[in-house]
Amino acid sequence: MNFETIIGLEVHVELKTKSKIFSPSINAFGTDPNTNVNPIDLAYPGVLPVLNEEAVNFAMKAAMALNCDIATHTKFDRKNYFYPDNSKAYQISQFDQPIGENGWIDIEVNGKKKRIGITRLHMEEDAGKLTHGDDGYSLVDFNRQGTPLVEIVSEPDIRTPEEAYAYLEKLKNIIQYTGVSDVKMQEGSLRCDANISLRPTGQEEFGTKAELKNLNSFNYVQKGLEFEEKRQEKVLLSGGEILQETRRYDEKTKETILMRVKEGSDDYRYFPEPDLLPLYIDEEWKERIRREIPELPDARKKRYTEKLELSAYDAEVLTSSKEMADFFEEALEHDADKKQVSNWLMGEVSAYMNKHYKELQELAITPKALAKMIHLIEDGTISSKMAKKVFTELAENGGDPEKVVTEKGLVQISDEGQLKEIIGKVLEENEQSIIDYKNGKAKAQKYLVGQVMKATKGQANPPMVNKILKEELDKK
Amino acid sequence: MALFDHTIKELEEKLHNNEIKVADLVDASYQRIHEVDDQVRAFLTLNEENARAAAKELDKSEDKSGSLFGMPTGIKDNIVTKGLRTTSASKILDNFYDPLYDATVMNKLYEQSAITIGKLNMDEFAMGSSNENSGYFITRNPWNTDYVPGGSSGGSAAAVAAGEVLFALGSDTGGSIREPAAYCGVVGLKPTYGRVSRFGLVAFASSLDQIGPITRSVEDNARVLEVLAGQDPMDSTSAHLAVPKYTDALTKDVKDLKIAVPSEYLGEGVSSEVQEAVKKALKVYESLGATWEEVSLPHSKYAMATYYIIASSEASANLARFDGVRYGVRAEADNMMDMFKKSRSQGFGEEVKRRIMLGTFALSSGYYDAYYKKAQKVRTLMKGDFDKIFADYDVVIGPTSPTPAFKIGEKTDDPLTMYANDILTIPVNLAGVPGISVPCGFSEDGLPIGLQIIGKHFDESTVYRAAHAYEQATDHHKKRPQIGGANE
Amino acid sequence: MTNISKEQVKHVAELARLEVTEEEADMLTDQLSEIITAAELLNELDTTNVEPITHASDLKNVLRKDEPKVWITKEEALKNAPDQKDGHFRVPSILAD
Repeated sequence: MNFETIIGLEVHVELKTKSKIFSPSINAFGTDPNTNVNPIDLAYPGVLPVLNEEAVNFAMKAAMALNCDIATHTKFDRKNYFYPDNSKAYQISQFDQPIGENGWIDIEVNGKKKRIGITRLHMEEDAGKLTHGDDGYSLVDFNRQGTPLVEIVSEPDIRTPEEAYAYLEKLKNIIQYTGVSDVKMQEGSLRCDANISLRPTGQEEFGTKAELKNLNSFNYVQKGLEFEEKRQEKVLLSGGEILQETRRYDEKTKETILMRVKEGSDDYRYFPEPDLLPLYIDEEWKERIRREIPELPDARKKRYTEKLELSAYDAEVLTSSKEMADFFEEALEHDADKKQVSNWLMGEVSAYMNKHYKELQELAITPKALAKMIHLIEDGTISSKMAKKVFTELAENGGDPEKVVTEKGLVQISDEGQLKEIIGKVLEENEQSIIDYKNGKAKAQKYLVGQVMKATKGQANPPMVNKILKEELDKK
Repeated sequence: MALFDHTIKELEEKLHNNEIKVADLVDASYQRIHEVDDQVRAFLTLNEENARAAAKELDKSEDKSGSLFGMPTGIKDNIVTKGLRTTSASKILDNFYDPLYDATVMNKLYEQSAITIGKLNMDEFAMGSSNENSGYFITRNPWNTDYVPGGSSGGSAAAVAAGEVLFALGSDTGGSIREPAAYCGVVGLKPTYGRVSRFGLVAFASSLDQIGPITRSVEDNARVLEVLAGQDPMDSTSAHLAVPKYTDALTKDVKDLKIAVPSEYLGEGVSSEVQEAVKKALKVYESLGATWEEVSLPHSKYAMATYYIIASSEASANLARFDGVRYGVRAEADNMMDMFKKSRSQGFGEEVKRRIMLGTFALSSGYYDAYYKKAQKVRTLMKGDFDKIFADYDVVIGPTSPTPAFKIGEKTDDPLTMYANDILTIPVNLAGVPGISVPCGFSEDGLPIGLQIIGKHFDESTVYRAAHAYEQATDHHKKRPQIGGANE
Repeated sequence: MTNISKEQVKHVAELARLEVTEEEADMLTDQLSEIITAAELLNELDTTNVEPITHASDLKNVLRKDEPKVWITKEEALKNAPDQKDGHFRVPSILAD
């Protein structure tokens, strides 16, 4: 029997507003426990929520970027459940009137394009953080309590773990472009739960789904789904039954592990939040936010391939982050060659970022400096090899490429007279090589070039060295 | 004449003329508390040291301009006071000595230099109509200590009636200011929903709760509301409307006042004594040139069911935060689930648990539409009833409560009988309109009867005008309970 | 009369994190049944075309500017904690469920 895999993803994204969604506490990651809290976050008796306007703007922006319809009338609801990190014992969320609905994003897997539907995007508040100890106690930090979140629920349109991966990459990419979140999985500003079920090919009805939690990277999402796909298939083929359960992915064993079996559905007793008033989002408000949305990755990619005539691959890599694409375009504004800039960004710059675990915006080099450096290569002032040194210096300390070149003595020797003199000296010292050359040993010339470069500490202009050396040898 | 038989305005004059000092007012308050509070039992926590220190400071001050300058006040214990124990009369907050912040109304009182004498007893989390649901002890009616003072702001009404404070703050979700005011023969106003900030009011039912003043006179009441009212950026539901000078409205007469009297308010279930008192009051209005007509609030018979579903549902969520994690009393337990259950079961009283259960049930899967949503729809109809009447009339008048105060223990066996007590006050909360209770006579047993005057949204001015005109034309408000002797 | 079963009462108590003894469950079963029956008076009314309201107020769009404000210290945050450790609120662990 063949099975079809059905996957739906629920993604939580933290919005990077300055203050929390319903209280004026600082919204920041990684501070000392229970410092960014106030009586509202701690659900002291008598406190009330007041909605942060920017959180609405950010949520709306994310929803628009994901092609959602934006609700004109929306509201908040209480979702009731007890847990020590949920201070009010209800989470303020949106139940039946999410701010965004009916969105979609396009993904591409193995060259095949596919549109994945987004059921809804709603606003809610994050909970605090519970750390389980092994001494019979758990510890609660409420710093995260009240961080604005959007929950993005996909349609069950995803059919393979690869598609799930591509969906998440794309989602992250788009959200990152809008600037409303850091979308860093390692800091929890993007989190993902996955629902997966199997059904016999051709069957319309969905099978029972399992929910995967604790997926700490996109890679684990894919791995977890791959494992789960096989596990469920095995169970079904052996005549077993899939239970509605919550499972987590274990990074060490690379398996999904049962957390709990769900009995019926949770009863969250949603009801309209009486402490908050309805939201009415008129066209003017929507338009204002729509205008703030930058060109999104797909549009940008299209522009790069069509207008700039970059390869699809280059366009894909350059638009994979807004910072990269912005950097690229700014460098072009300084008259740098697009192919050169693109090569540098995808090659040396990316390698440097990976090696030092840094983001592009953390490097000291500016787009203008990169453009200038490329000009220096083009006019022969520096060689490509020297440029790498210049780049490292610019990445670490910034500054003007010309100055760096002068200060570090990296100027290329392109003066014919000067080169002739140096080459003459090298030939004098390497008579055997001249003989070898005359005897047709190709290696001899290479060796001599190397000696010239050595004598000039790599500053000699390589094409010129080759040319002059050949002329001089042939004279002999 | 006791100091607290004077109005705030009169006391202000005495302070300005140096006839008395703030220290005298504070003294009078604590002296009276020492005399009578072992009988009345209105106070849960006293603030004596701070109050006396504050009085000293005020007496030194050149600037005596605060509109409540030096006035001794009692605060219902569900209003949060920084550094002062706030229990909401619940054992679950028995150890809550510092709520870390002051309610917005407290800041407003302090800006006008009022002095907090102490925290007043109530039904636990404001759930009750008799004060018998306090987690600590039962406050008694100063007119007859065998009787309840009403609830849930029973401590507030009793303290004002007994002359322990000049005025008090209460809260009203389904009648919790007006009913005890009626039972204790004082003036209590529930403002329009959104008129006074709820920030710092321990929530019972968020869409119904309002804080309001309890005083001996309508004039004082208006003066205190002027201080309490106004938009608060910390409360999304507080209205962005300017606060009128309510005391100015008192000088106007009621000659052209159009009064509506719902037939449902003078019908079955309302005692004849109460009906008589209200009819007499209407005669007084006639004599003042006002006119009245009988009208109908057709949905008032649904008010109680609507209210108990909505209020209990909201309460079930509002009271979920008392889980023993961040503050309050935690029961011994070796796992999380037991900690939640034991802390809550031991901390909450019977009535509170019953309402949490009711609310949880009404919101639970499969019942939401049948109960909660249905109640919200009926609420729309009830609001419509008032809108319709107020298109033609200025105020609605009727009794505050179907009977005068009842005896302690008389209704504790059956929750429904107790709930029925609020039948005349609940519609006001559901519609969100303002309502006041003013004394309008006494029962044969010598217990006070309250007249309820209900106004349009944000039209407290007309409510006060009507209440004041009636009060000035009658003597009921001048009578004092004979407790502790010297309260004349 | 709508009868709520004792099992339902126990389930609701579980949702509300309340512990009820058998006697309490019996009492609550009776009382809640009675209250719910009284509440069913509302079914007399046809509310098909009536909009539910949460508030009597017609305010909307009450929003706050995104301005962070420090209010209390960490010490104050933990001041009323029944139990704390290393700057955290401490609670008994969940039993494996």
